Amino acid sequence: MARITLASSLAPYTDGELELRLEVANVRQLFQALGERFPELQAHLETGIAVAIDNEIYQDALLQPIARDSEVILIEKIAGG
Amino acid sequence: MARNHVTTTVNGDPVEFLCETGQTLLEALRDELRLTGTKEGCGTGDCGACSVIVDGRLLCSCLMLAVEAEGKAIATVEGMADGETLHPLQRKFIEHAALQCGICTPGILIAARSLLERNPDPTESEIRYWLAGNLCRCTGYHKIVDAVLDAAREMRGA
Amino acid sequence: MSTTLKYQEKALKLVGTRPLRPDGVDKVTGRARFGADYNLSGQLIGKVLRSPHAHARIKSIDTSAALALPGVKAVVTREDFAEMPDELAAVGELTINFRDVTRNMMAREKALYDGHPVAAVAATTESVAKHALALIKVDYEVLPHVIDVVEAMQPGAPLLHENQYTQGVKPRPERASNVAKRLEFGRGDVAAGFAAADVIVEREFSTKPVHQGYIEPQACLASYSADGQAELWTSTQGHFVFRAQCAKVLQMEVAKIRVTPTEIGGGFGGKNNIYNEALAIALSRKSNHPVKMVMTREEVFRGTGPTPGANVKVKLGATRDGKITAAEAELNFQAGAFPGSPVNQASMCAFTRYDLENVRVVGNDVTVNRPKVAAYRAPGAPIAVFGVESVIDEMAKKLGLDPIEFRLKNAAKEGTQTYYGPKLGVIGYIQTLEAARAHPHYSAALGPNQGRGVATGFWFNIGNETTCSLNVQEDGSLTLNLGTIDVAGGSRASMAMMVAEELGIAYERVRPIVGDTSTLGFNFLTAGSRSTFASGMASVIASRQVIEKLRQRVAKIREVPLEAVAWKDGQALPADASAAQFAPMSLTEIARMAGKTGGTIAGHAEINAQGAGPGFGTHIVDVEVDRQTGAVKIVRYTVVQDVGKAIHPAYVEGQMQGGAAQGIGWALNEEYVYGDDGVLQNPGFLDYRIPVASDLPRIDTVIVEVPNPNHPYGVRGCGEVPIIAPMAAIANAIENATGLRLTQQPFSPPRVLQALDAAAAAKG
Repeated sequence: MARITLASSLAPYTDGELELRLEVANVRQLFQALGERFPELQAHLETGIAVAIDNEIYQDALLQPIARDSEVILIEKIAGG
Repeated sequence: MARNHVTTTVNGDPVEFLCETGQTLLEALRDELRLTGTKEGCGTGDCGACSVIVDGRLLCSCLMLAVEAEGKAIATVEGMADGETLHPLQRKFIEHAALQCGICTPGILIAARSLLERNPDPTESEIRYWLAGNLCRCTGYHKIVDAVLDAAREMRGA
Repeated sequence: MSTTLKYQEKALKLVGTRPLRPDGVDKVTGRARFGADYNLSGQLIGKVLRSPHAHARIKSIDTSAALALPGVKAVVTREDFAEMPDELAAVGELTINFRDVTRNMMAREKALYDGHPVAAVAATTESVAKHALALIKVDYEVLPHVIDVVEAMQPGAPLLHENQYTQGVKPRPERASNVAKRLEFGRGDVAAGFAAADVIVEREFSTKPVHQGYIEPQACLASYSADGQAELWTSTQGHFVFRAQCAKVLQMEVAKIRVTPTEIGGGFGGKNNIYNEALAIALSRKSNHPVKMVMTREEVFRGTGPTPGANVKVKLGATRDGKITAAEAELNFQAGAFPGSPVNQASMCAFTRYDLENVRVVGNDVTVNRPKVAAYRAPGAPIAVFGVESVIDEMAKKLGLDPIEFRLKNAAKEGTQTYYGPKLGVIGYIQTLEAARAHPHYSAALGPNQGRGVATGFWFNIGNETTCSLNVQEDGSLTLNLGTIDVAGGSRASMAMMVAEELGIAYERVRPIVGDTSTLGFNFLTAGSRSTFASGMASVIASRQVIEKLRQRVAKIREVPLEAVAWKDGQALPADASAAQFAPMSLTEIARMAGKTGGTIAGHAEINAQGAGPGFGTHIVDVEVDRQTGAVKIVRYTVVQDVGKAIHPAYVEGQMQGGAAQGIGWALNEEYVYGDDGVLQNPGFLDYRIPVASDLPRIDTVIVEVPNPNHPYGVRGCGEVPIIAPMAAIANAIENATGLRLTQQPFSPPRVLQALDAAAAAKG
């Protein structure tokens, strides 16, 4: 199972739960699972979240694979100016 | 309201145009003569993007009324190159990467040309103070100064 | 599929050299066409009526007299634009609430800032249009306003949005608030960290809103056709994003809008959003004529988005030997009339240069009666870093440590755990600190009333959706069509260089253009220091595709197996002595035969570029303070920055110098000045003072290259990092020169003089 960590800034949307393990094969499945578990996080997932998979950051990469033993961190998206 | 008929010379060519009394020379150049090389950055004489030379004098074309151009000789950026041959300032600006977005470039080239016509061997400080009326937001002026110094050097040597 | 091409170290012929840019001649001759330089026959001039009040309910708008004026062909108000739902929409990669976009573009229930558009007209001439504006009658109910961020956060402050409840707070607040969102990032235990500290420094800072200051005002030209299609020429950082925003607010199909990007006269983040574009299309639709809309400088200041002004609190704890044990910050940012300041990014950047176990950053996004903020080069970071790097400097001094030494002791490096999520990968922060320390500037002698300051900056950099196509023309020359806008003029050259490097041909054979939205798939806007990174990657992918097809074509023409064909230095030749031998073919020869041997050879890429590499910079500045006038002069400035790889060093230097110059202006003079009535008092370049040539010295640059492992040439991007450090560096230099710690930006002569006088009074 992949180890999922949420950035501390997401605590208000998950009632403080920031660490969990999930059986997911890609980012899309991850977001689906998280959205079901934490309804308040749903809107955020669609528009404001990037993921770091084994420390490589991916933004808007729903089909990016997540391996069995991957470490995944959800972080706020970055834009620029 | 009837428009005014103005006869003047731009970059050596005799031209005529119609304009409202309240229109500036900048507006007449861009909208009546379709010479869009001279830019509007502020319309109040604070940025220098509209710099032109009128009867040998550097000024902001947004601060001059179009009707005042009657009988005068106006030089804009479009007249700096000689056919395919660029003016040394134009060449040096490209070589030194002295422009980024390029919106201030026509005004700065005209101002720099005006400087070198008066003072062919300016110091860095003299260049900076002469160009203080031309705002650039992209470059920090460093490469602009280098380009002007280099063009001046070439124009003196040649 | 998300794409990363790994870095490969190799001998380079072109990348790293300084060829001339393809758009240079047009820009020095006045031939280049910027937004206001486009005209169409029969065009009308469009003008906007703006609220003179900072906060007012709009009770009614009567446009009848304006419509009756001869020469007026169309008028639009809130009635002409659809109501949008209150939800975040992904537009490409942007997260936008279209309910806010449509309101920022044209007020609906309320005018929320001095300058807020209330109506727009299209008329035969500019003077008729201006006259028409004066004939529009708007019935305003003026309301109390609030601009200062701390005031806006107080309960009882005038409220901009009755239905805005602070997000990110549990339980959900009962009362509406100007605080749209609260964020908190953290790691470890700051209380324990502070308890373990020998020295604690705590400071509060304030910054004013500043404008990106692009010299070219927003300009666009729209032409709507009776069959429901629209053409739009506009000065923009992202034509695909503008198309998406216009399509949404006008409820048009995306493919029916064709946006041609003009040359852009500066953006810096300020041209990431639509302002007049949808208005111009709507006016064109109503009037059946093309409509041209060019902002005046005053409109640019009153109506477009500057950066937030902010209140920043920073607290740092460290042990005597120089180890930081705890770091805390509170960032309260103005969002302007609608939520969405860059407080989240600022929060993530604040301390990331340091390897910290105990960190806590709280950010508040606060609506106030000012234009909605827009991005400005590393949005939010300069403000947060002004506070943090000032406190770092003060701490170093209290500990008796050299400022660079103190930073080195705590520096982030590969593997450092950030407090916002991931660990940092390969980075070059330490290298920039060491290069700065070794630079002659750092040990040069200082004169009287002079002081030296150091500060550092970090920015994430991004990739995002990127497209391009590369076509081999019949004579072997190539056209590269890029979807990423070239804002500074230079990225076009860099892409062409990478293509030429890949193909082994002369740089001059590759002509890069930025095509309109109908020619390519969605490409994100030019921001986030992404263009050389992401469009570079796309250009390389397209080049490698072209090489593959060339090899395949030659294999067929020469009747040899594919494995026998190698591509080197612009031609196809036998892979080695043991492969099937054949007469080599140059790119030109193949191109000439292409039509008759299967068709044109082309490559393309549609990617979402991942793997952007963060950038770090260290700045050194010497200032001289005039104790009579309070004027601060920049005597010497050095920018050291890790860019991964400088594809074209002159353009990288230009970014470093330009960003530093903007940061210097931000530090010394730039600020929005509001009257008690909430009206902007300095909407022009005379009183909004940006640096001029005589204000600045030469800006020396040192390019550090720690390649980004996720880009074929190691590119990180460089545009944003250089604006981050100057404010703090200059504050630190002023402290070094005078002993005064300035915490209110800008450090303009009146403020410096006030501080000097107060210090003298305290002493004497």
